[in-house]
Amino acid sequence: MSNVVFYALTGVGLFTLGLYALIVHVHLLRKILAINVMGSGVFLVLVALAARTQEAAPDPVPHAMVITGIVVAISATALALVLMLRVRAETGRATLPEEPLG
Amino acid sequence: MHDKTARLTTDEYTQLAPVVRLLIALLVSVAAAGLAYVVLSLPLVANGLKEAVAEHLALSGVSHPVTAVLLNFRGYDTLLEMGVLLLALLGVWSLGGIPQQREPSPGAVLDMLSRLLVPVLILVAGYLLWVGAHAPGGAFQAGSVLGAAGVLLLLAGWRPGARFVGLPLRITLVTGLGVFVVVGVTVMLVGGRLLEYPPSLAGALILLIEAAATLSIGITLAALFLGGRPETRVHR
Repeated sequence: MSNVVFYALTGVGLFTLGLYALIVHVHLLRKILAINVMGSGVFLVLVALAARTQEAAPDPVPHAMVITGIVVAISATALALVLMLRVRAETGRATLPEEPLG
Repeated sequence: MHDKTARLTTDEYTQLAPVVRLLIALLVSVAAAGLAYVVLSLPLVANGLKEAVAEHLALSGVSHPVTAVLLNFRGYDTLLEMGVLLLALLGVWSLGGIPQQREPSPGAVLDMLSRLLVPVLILVAGYLLWVGAHAPGGAFQAGSVLGAAGVLLLLAGWRPGARFVGLPLRITLVTGLGVFVVVGVTVMLVGGRLLEYPPSLAGALILLIEAAATLSIGITLAALFLGGRPETRVHR
């Protein structure tokens, strides 16, 4: 098994672990962390697939996509965390309410 | 304070029955197997767009392929990404002011460390920005180091003065996206297409965009860490 396949499969594993945690956990902080783990899995798959070139230097396009993705993930996480704090301030709980906020 | 912590810990646990959780685990495993099959079925050697990038690298104005892709070949992605960063900050600011919480005093170690590290971090950010033209580095790496310096200052209890959080802060936040759009539209008016830099000027234009972007990314990340819109005037 080559390194590329190993890293790509690890990325798939991280993505699915994150997906499971996203569905199962109720606390919003855990859901946000789960989405970040899923994102890291996707980045790992992209970086691994970029290394499939014949020479040592990898394909730069997926690397650029990963950098873009990291910045978008950070922005989305920051916004999600502030939204979570707002939900906790409104309802007293850091979970999504069963019924819509009145 | 004590019962609030207790309630948060009960929230952390799932409310799903074990059978449902097992079913979800099975479904997710099926999805994992499908994804793994896709990964395994890909060809083991694929050059992707590497040759296309290497062929046009001389025209891009920089010699590092990732920077060339980010700021020249796929400059549009990076432009929109700056927009996403600004949009996230607008979203955070629209949710209200800085959340009120008790600030623990930073302590002598953090205070001293931030005094020592922040100048070094600013220097490292400048170096990463410059080196990005021919080696790993660039605006986003430099911007995140600058953002880390800002977060360290905020952790040590420093807050921007009321004079800076009004117009000066807002102008700094939009500089990156602003310079990017102005350069992109100017080259279009001069006779190219959007973000199609003339090869002779590409290196200088990329450095200009990256310098503005570094500053904006750093300040935006530090402002996101604040978690709300800073007050521009004293509380009534």
